[in-house]
Amino acid sequence: MTVMAVDPVLARRAEIQHIAEATERRRQLLSRLALLACRACLVITLIPLVALLAYVVIRGASAWDWAFFSHLPTPAGIPGGGIWNAIVGSLIIDGMAAAGAIPFGIAAGLFLAESDGRVAGALRLAADVLAGVPSIVVAIFAYALLVTHGIGHFSAVAASFAIGILMLPVIMRASETAIRGVPTVLSEAGYALGARKATIARKVVLPAALPGLITGVLLAVARGAGETAPLLLTAVGSQYFSVSPTKPIAAIPLVIYGNGIQAYPDLVKIAWGSALFLVVVILVLGVGSRLLAARLRRVRHD
Amino acid sequence: MTSLATLSDRPGTGGRIRRFLAVPDGAYRGALGAVAALFVLLLVVFVAALVVQARPAFAHFGFSFLTSTKWDPVHAHYGVLVFLVGTLETTVIALAIAFPIGLGCALALAFGIPERLRVTLGPAVELLAAVPSVVYGLWGLLVVAPWVRATIEPALAHITGGHEPFGGTQLGVGLLLAGVILSIMILPTMVAISRDVLMAVPEVEIEGAFALGATRWQVMRRVVVPGARAGILGATTLATGRAMGETIAVTMVIGNTDHFTHSLFGTTQTMASLIANEFTEATEPFHLASLIAVGVLLMVVAAVVNVVARLLVRSVSRQGALGMGVL
Repeated sequence: MTVMAVDPVLARRAEIQHIAEATERRRQLLSRLALLACRACLVITLIPLVALLAYVVIRGASAWDWAFFSHLPTPAGIPGGGIWNAIVGSLIIDGMAAAGAIPFGIAAGLFLAESDGRVAGALRLAADVLAGVPSIVVAIFAYALLVTHGIGHFSAVAASFAIGILMLPVIMRASETAIRGVPTVLSEAGYALGARKATIARKVVLPAALPGLITGVLLAVARGAGETAPLLLTAVGSQYFSVSPTKPIAAIPLVIYGNGIQAYPDLVKIAWGSALFLVVVILVLGVGSRLLAARLRRVRHD
Repeated sequence: MTSLATLSDRPGTGGRIRRFLAVPDGAYRGALGAVAALFVLLLVVFVAALVVQARPAFAHFGFSFLTSTKWDPVHAHYGVLVFLVGTLETTVIALAIAFPIGLGCALALAFGIPERLRVTLGPAVELLAAVPSVVYGLWGLLVVAPWVRATIEPALAHITGGHEPFGGTQLGVGLLLAGVILSIMILPTMVAISRDVLMAVPEVEIEGAFALGATRWQVMRRVVVPGARAGILGATTLATGRAMGETIAVTMVIGNTDHFTHSLFGTTQTMASLIANEFTEATEPFHLASLIAVGVLLMVVAAVVNVVARLLVRSVSRQGALGMGVL
C-alpha cells in the first residue's frame, strides 16, 4: 500500500474550513445562550410582579363583600369594618387634585409645544425637577404651606395640593408630546382661514391631540391615586366619614398602610381588600386610557 | 410662520359671540405665558419654603448635621449620616439587582421574543410600573418578609457561617428586603425605558451588522447596546432617583431603626422613611426643622439625578416620546 501524498493546499483548506465551522458553531451557540439569558431575565422580572398581583387578587378578593364597600371602619379587634369613608375621601382628594392639575398642566403643555424660548426652557427644567422630587418632599411643602399656615391643621385640601403637584409634570409632559404630534398642516390651515391662535388651539390642535391628552391625564390620575407618602403628612386619615375639604380625611392608600402594619388579622384583611381595590382602579384607568386613545385614533382615521 | 401669525391678527369674520370667544393672539400668548411663569414660580416657592423651614437645623448644627451619626430627638441632637448611608445602601442593592436583569429583560422584550408576545408584554410591563408603592410595601411586609426570614436568610447565613454580611438576627425585614423590594419596584421603569431606547437604534445599523455576518447576540452587544448607551444610562439614572426617593414601601420593610447595620439582615432607615416615620410626631421645633432639612437634602439629590436622567433619555430621541408610558 502506498501512502497517498496529501496535497498540502487541500489539507490546509480543509483545516481552515474546519476551524471556520467550529467558530461559526461557537458564535451561534453563544448567541443562543445569550438570548436565552435575556429571556430568563424577562421571566425573572415577571415572576415577582405576577406573584404580587396574584397575592393581591387572592387575599384581596376574600375581603370583598358588601360591608367592605359600604361600612365605616370598626375599632381594632371588632371584625366587619369597611372602607366607605376612604373611598369617598380618595375621590375627594384626587378629584380636587385633578381639577386643579389638568387645566393647568394642559395649558403649560400647550405653551411648551408652541414655544422654544428661554421661558420654555425654564419651564421644562422646572417640570423635570418637580417630576424628580420624591413625593414625601412634596408632602413637606404642602405641610409647610397649608398645614402649619394656610388651613392650620391636617386637611383634604392639603392632600389635594400635594397630589396635584405630583400630577402636574406628568400631565404637562404628556400634553406637550401629544400636541407636538399634531401635524402642522392642520394649524396652518387654520391660519389660512384667518383664525386666531386661541381658536386654532381650541378647535384644531387640542381636539386632534385628544387621544394623547387622555392617556396622559389618566396616567397622571392613576399615579396620583396611588401616592401614599404625601397623604401621611397632609390628610393623615380618619376613622369617620367626612366630605369636608378642610378636615382630616380617610384615603385608600392610608388604609392599606395603616392597617397593613397592624397585628390584627381583621385590619390586615381590610388592607388587602383595599390594595385590590386600588390596583383594580389603577389598572382600569391605565388599560382604559389606552383603549380609549386607540379607539379615538381609529375613529379619526376612518 | 411669522407672516402667517400676522395674517391671523386680523379680526375674525364670524358673529359677535364667536369674535368674543376668539381671544386675541396677544392675550392668548399672555395667558399661556402666565401659566408657565406660575409653574416656575411654584417651584421657586417650593424650594424657598423648604430651605427657609430647614434653615434652623443647618444653622445650628452646621456641617455636623451631615457627618454626625447621632439622631436623638430626646436630647435635640440631629445628624443624618446613618440615613444618608441607609439611602445609599438600599439604592445600591436595588440597582445591583435591577440593572443586569432589567437590561437583559429589555433586550429580550425588544429583540428576543416573537412579535405577538412583544405587543402584549410591553404594555403589561408599563402598567405594572403604575402599581402603587404601598401595595409593594404590603406584599413585601406580609408575604415576602416571612419567606425571606424562613428560607433566604438561613441559606445565606449558612454560606458565610453566620458572619457579615449575612450575620445577626434573621428578622425578614431589614436592609436586604428593602433593597430587593426596591429592585422589583424599579424594574418596570428600567425595562420600559430601556426597551424604548433599544428599539430606537436605527434599523440600517442593525441590518448592516447582520449583513456582515454577525449573530443576533453580536448585533445586540456591538451595535444596539452601544447605540442606546445614553438612553440606558438615562433609564438607570431615573430608576436610581426613584429608588432614593421611594418612601412608603421602604418604610414598611426596612425595620426603621436609627443606627448603622453591618449585616444585610439588619434594620436601619433611609432619609425618606425617617421623614415618613417621624414627621407628624415631631413637636420640638429643631426636630421638625431637621426633618425638613433631610427633605431638602433628598430633594437636591433626587432633582439632580432626575434632570440628568431626562437629558440622557432625551438625547437619544429629539421627539421626547420615548418612555412616555412610565416617565
